[in-house]
Amino acid sequence: MIAQIFQVLRKELLIEWRDRSRVAGVFFFGLAVLLMVAFATPQSTVLPKIAGGTLWLGLMLASTRSMDQSYAVEHEHGAMEGLLLWPVDPVAIYYGKAIANTLILAAVAIVLMPLLIAVYGVEVKGDPLLLVGVLAFGCAALAAPGTLYGLISSQARGSSVLLPLLIFPLVVPAILAASNATTKILEGDPMQQAPAWLGVIVIFDAVHWTVMGMVYGRILED
Amino acid sequence: MQTGRQWGGVVGYDALPRRWVIEGSTITAIAGLIGFVYLIAMVVPAVRRALPFRWETPLGVYGLLLLLSGNYLGLFVAPGERMMGEVGRILHVHVPAAWVAMLSFFVAGIAAFAFLMVGKRGLDSLVEAAAEVGVMEATLLCLLGAIFAKPTWGVWWDWDPRLTSTAVMLLSFVGVLLLRGVVRDPDRRATWSAVATLLSTVNLPITYMSVKWWRSLHQDMSETTGGSTIDDSLRWVMYYNTWAFVFLTVWFLATRWRLAEVRAEREVPDALPEVA
Repeated sequence: MIAQIFQVLRKELLIEWRDRSRVAGVFFFGLAVLLMVAFATPQSTVLPKIAGGTLWLGLMLASTRSMDQSYAVEHEHGAMEGLLLWPVDPVAIYYGKAIANTLILAAVAIVLMPLLIAVYGVEVKGDPLLLVGVLAFGCAALAAPGTLYGLISSQARGSSVLLPLLIFPLVVPAILAASNATTKILEGDPMQQAPAWLGVIVIFDAVHWTVMGMVYGRILED
Repeated sequence: MQTGRQWGGVVGYDALPRRWVIEGSTITAIAGLIGFVYLIAMVVPAVRRALPFRWETPLGVYGLLLLLSGNYLGLFVAPGERMMGEVGRILHVHVPAAWVAMLSFFVAGIAAFAFLMVGKRGLDSLVEAAAEVGVMEATLLCLLGAIFAKPTWGVWWDWDPRLTSTAVMLLSFVGVLLLRGVVRDPDRRATWSAVATLLSTVNLPITYMSVKWWRSLHQDMSETTGGSTIDDSLRWVMYYNTWAFVFLTVWFLATRWRLAEVRAEREVPDALPEVA
């Protein structure tokens, strides 16, 4: 199983590496959100306070594009049929794709971070390692439901509007926790609340990565 | 309405004389019992089939009667709430609406899980019915809550844990209904919406937990197994209305389920076309 997951992951990353359009698209989408929110904010003094939330808002919006693309690639030239004919477990396909989506999102998040610090005038007052943890687990939280719902919306015709509608309510806890943790780390965290928020993200990840893996096969069968 | 008389209520509500308390709770118990006995009788398929009408119809009529009389009780018979005054009367319908909305979503979640396990078409219809009834009731709940919130808190809406998780719950089930709307193939629609329903249900405790960390304005749970903070003179009216809501919900669910079944039936093409 581990080997199968690794194979799928390798395939995903290889496709991504040869093209790099998805990472670029997701990155510029996220950057656009950061800039737009900054333009929409009347006072620049407010910016540091909303920096964490805006980062996650951008990542969440960008992730829906990313998840769409993850399957759009498969539908070209009937690659999906090829994937299904592989002697691999659907569960492996899910985890392979979800890990790939997490890595892509996390890469974007890590590149966006310095830009956020520059544009929003914030500095990392808390533990940078903790920030990396929040980014990694937060991206995993976005990727888990996204990878499943991306499959659904890619198969339902004309329903790309549907993907955000399905994902957004589901990732509310993760976005809430990640935004709070990020803001706390950036702004300084005298009460030491950030680790607890990270805990919420980890719990979210644990539940969703398990449940999604269990139901993914049912969706893929159709 | 009587004021200024205290009969040892739990926390400072204007209480009615004791005889009302006893009669009130007895009325509520009887009202609930009648509906429940009927429901239990309907579990037997033979009894259901022997009826000359749809089994849920009397329950709906009964629920409507309870709702009308319950509204009368809540508006004119029950005493006003001490802190919130007349506005507090809305709790007689607000709290039941919250309970039945939860109940409907819970039914949807169970049905979705069962569908994924067993794969029966009827369960898919139940998911559709319960999700739709739940969305309707949760919308009602939010509207009632907003009416309640404006005079008591001074705002229509507040980002309090319970409000926020209710809104998230409502949104995720609206998503399920929209998903059902765009998928044409019945099998796909059934599986996909069951998965989406299940995920929405599973996600709910995490949502509640994460938003609970915010500062809360909504009062703590009034009714717990440990006891109640609502005075007896008010409580029986609220429970009376709860029965009304519960029986109406069963009626809605049953009717909507039936409709979904008929539609599902029509979608399935005939095995062999008729020879002209």
